[in-house]
Amino acid sequence: MGSKMESSLLWLLLFLCIFSTPTDGKPMTILGQPPPANISGTNLTELSIVSLHWDHVTQPYIVALWIFVTGLAKLVFELNHKLTATIPESALLIFIGFVLGGMIWGADKAQTFTLTPVTFFYYLLPQIILDAGYFMPNKLFFGNMGAILTYAILGTVWNAVTVGLSLWGVYLGGIMGDLKINLLEFMLFGSLLSAVDPVAVLAVFEEVHVNEVLFILVFGESLLNDGVTVVLYNVCDAFVTLGADRINAVEIIKGIVSFLVVAFGGALVGVVFAVLLSLLTRCTKNIQIIEPGFIFIVSYLSYLTAEMLSLSSILAITFCGVCCQKYVNANMAESSVTTVRYAMKVFANGSETIIFVFLGISAIDPEIWVWNTAFILLTLVFVLVYRIIGVFALTWILNRFRLIPLEIIDQVVLSYGGLRGAVAYALAFMLDGNKVREKNLMISTTLIVVYFTVVLQGVTMKPLVTWLKVKRTSKTEVSLIEKLQNRAFDHILIAIEDISGQIGHNYMREKWNKFEEKWLRPILMKSSARKKQDQLFNVFHQLNLKDAMSYVTEGERCGSLAFVRSENNVNLDFKKKLASDISDIMPDINSDSSDTGPYTIPMTCIMQDNVPTVCLDVEEDMRGKSMRDTENINTHHVLQMHLYKARKQHRHRYSRKEMGLNKDENEVQEIFQRTMRNRLESFKSTKMGVTQSKKIKPAKKDQIPNGKHKTHSFEDADFSDDNVFSSDFAGGVASGGGGPTRLSIRSGGGIENPAFMPDVDHASPLHTPPWSAVVDDGVAPSQRAQVQLPWSPSNASRLTPLRISTRSNDSFILADRPTAQGEQPPPSQPKSTPK
Amino acid sequence: QTYLFQYTFAVTPAHIKRLYKRFQALDKGNKGYLSPQDFGSVKELATNPIGDRIIGAFFSQGQETVDFHSFVRILAHFRPLDKNRAKRPDSPEPINSRISKLRFAFQLYDQDNDGKISRDELLQVLRTMLEMQVTEEQLESIADRTIQEADLDGDNAISFDEFRKSLEKVNIEHKMSSRFLH
Repeated sequence: MGSKMESSLLWLLLFLCIFSTPTDGKPMTILGQPPPANISGTNLTELSIVSLHWDHVTQPYIVALWIFVTGLAKLVFELNHKLTATIPESALLIFIGFVLGGMIWGADKAQTFTLTPVTFFYYLLPQIILDAGYFMPNKLFFGNMGAILTYAILGTVWNAVTVGLSLWGVYLGGIMGDLKINLLEFMLFGSLLSAVDPVAVLAVFEEVHVNEVLFILVFGESLLNDGVTVVLYNVCDAFVTLGADRINAVEIIKGIVSFLVVAFGGALVGVVFAVLLSLLTRCTKNIQIIEPGFIFIVSYLSYLTAEMLSLSSILAITFCGVCCQKYVNANMAESSVTTVRYAMKVFANGSETIIFVFLGISAIDPEIWVWNTAFILLTLVFVLVYRIIGVFALTWILNRFRLIPLEIIDQVVLSYGGLRGAVAYALAFMLDGNKVREKNLMISTTLIVVYFTVVLQGVTMKPLVTWLKVKRTSKTEVSLIEKLQNRAFDHILIAIEDISGQIGHNYMREKWNKFEEKWLRPILMKSSARKKQDQLFNVFHQLNLKDAMSYVTEGERCGSLAFVRSENNVNLDFKKKLASDISDIMPDINSDSSDTGPYTIPMTCIMQDNVPTVCLDVEEDMRGKSMRDTENINTHHVLQMHLYKARKQHRHRYSRKEMGLNKDENEVQEIFQRTMRNRLESFKSTKMGVTQSKKIKPAKKDQIPNGKHKTHSFEDADFSDDNVFSSDFAGGVASGGGGPTRLSIRSGGGIENPAFMPDVDHASPLHTPPWSAVVDDGVAPSQRAQVQLPWSPSNASRLTPLRISTRSNDSFILADRPTAQGEQPPPSQPKSTPK
Repeated sequence: QTYLFQYTFAVTPAHIKRLYKRFQALDKGNKGYLSPQDFGSVKELATNPIGDRIIGAFFSQGQETVDFHSFVRILAHFRPLDKNRAKRPDSPEPINSRISKLRFAFQLYDQDNDGKISRDELLQVLRTMLEMQVTEEQLESIADRTIQEADLDGDNAISFDEFRKSLEKVNIEHKMSSRFLH
């Protein structure tokens, strides 16, 4: 009821906006020339107190209004979740564009607003690409670079050539009627249609969750093929201008060379600016407040510079983002990093919205429409068919070199995911109408192709994928043990594959990491940031912040802190705990010792959002109807919901819409924590069946961080607790037997876990894994204490701060760390509350 | 020595070469054998819920080192089964047969090697594989239910036969075959 009111209100607003915008009826681009102000021409007869100065503000007003309207449009249809689940956002935005375009055309009898190439290429596209580059999972990207390049270069060239040639061939056959297009123009047309569009791809793949390899292939391809498209387009354009008679081998060779120059030049420009940016952020300590601005400006400069030098600007800004992300994130203050991330998402999302809306609006312009059924239909068919052929052929070749071959279903998704988008349209628009006489036909066709791919393919992608997957999994009822075991198999297989892993690949990566650490990092990263590159510490720090914040918001959302419970009267004082960083954000919380029983604790309000996403690896359906008792269903449900996902099933970490850790990353942290903890219990004793875990109850309960941790008085309690546990532990491990194992403390150490930070590449090779615990009397491996960590209901034990005692030999902790202990009070008195 | 491998483990010389290179890469310090720490250096295992169990599987009872032979032996479990292989009645069960694969999986659960997965052992596994949100009593109910479904002789534990029977419909060959060893 409420949402209906909201939506109708918004529609009303939309209408008002459109109709109240006075236009002069002259076709005007979004950044076109405003009508000249004519203040001087009026004859002032009397003083007017208030007057309308529309002509003063025309241009900025219209720009701002359009941004506002597109934002509203997005708001409107996001109100209905079912709608957004079936139809991808991009398609919906195009529809709204149709509607708006219709309204404008109705009002002005001419399409006053269209998506012009200038606006698109200079003001709308850069931030989207920057967003893509900045958040790119580098390891995945460079790890699959071979495949990505193959698809990007060979695939795009294949697409362009085949589409162009086929159309020309059919034209010669005559069914297209009398068109004034020669071979070169066909090739030009083919080249502008060849580019898989990053914007469209991202928009659709957000809805369909595919595994990370697949995603990076499509995404990387769509980013990198710009180099090819631009070159092809320019070369063909030049050829068209030159005329067919002037083309000889020299020109063709020049074309090929220009491709190399454009592509690598663009990338080089991007890298140069990335270096510049990293160096800049090293020095911006005193102007932290405008640090984020530099990122945007410098990246934009790289884009424009590449454009100026006729190099590939998209590649430039991509590589700028890709290369600078690590250093910039390390150098800047945390608040700046957050600002940059959020701002980038805002810009990128906004741009994307505007682009799609305008793609819709641009269609409602009778002037550009030339209909030639054969041409359009055949273009569509060729584009699709050749994409499929291209992908399958290239994959077949690639699979002979890849260690992990791409399966059929991956290839289907790849080929189906070859969406064309605004880039193609903008390129078509840029055609010179004098040289290319059938420009309007091409524009119309391009629009049709774009709509087809974005709307139809976008909408049907998810159902297609689920259908394919579901067809392959058996439909029979699965028992609990089957479910469990299936997942176990996944884990086992992944572990085995990791153990027997790829050699050649890692060798290169190791070399690069060493080089980077030795030479690049000292230059590009602040020295203080370099020290902080202790992976684990950083992550725990971040996690603690996030954890605490989500903890609080959960509590607030539930209305009370009823889920907080403890044995003693606990004084949860978050403010003190998270001293500088978030103290102003977080309110003071005092727990009430409302002693709710263990089962009535509202777990549901604390549990993470468990909306299962439709991913390619579809789980076996839960056949509820054949279950007789509800308890059975619940058990199945619990198993279904809470089994850790195998790594292949994790969603890709890049998302236009979401920020921060997603659920999968949380899972990974959990597992990692647990593993490290267990390892410290001495590998040998586990193997021998003496499970340390028996002594230590990994408290799965809903515990709260004991208030003692949070106050500053922990320090005394801390050491005594360690002593208490150390003897216990020593006894336990001693029984496990085995020789002395060393725990090494390294500065800059820590366990390299690539899954943690969004792709902070950490290079330090592991000397000895810290989990081979040392047992020294009097110094408790404090991780052991972590075993009995209080586990916050929402996100496990991520309230685990690292440092427990300076005397600890724990390798996670750097003994030489000078920073204050007060930063992160550790859990001192873990309470394993009886369930 | 390769022919011994080939015969027993059905791995090709190319595999052996690759696996040996991998063995050497893992073997920091060139000791000629692998110790738990070497496995620990494989970062991805830390984010695998049952990673440590699998590491444990490489070390036979009481051993602290893994030599190349054992290394290959374990990995050979994951060779895809050659369906066209002629079945000779007197030959030993190949290591990558369905039964052997199942046995490998079974041993991951059955840490004390008594031939049965007890409720406790099952609980342990469940604990590692389920998210932290799951409460202890939910875990226990899952464990109980699982045993109930699979246990045929009523001893409240899952023997290997019961394990095998309950996984009849699962395509073990596919699920436990590594593409690396194709």
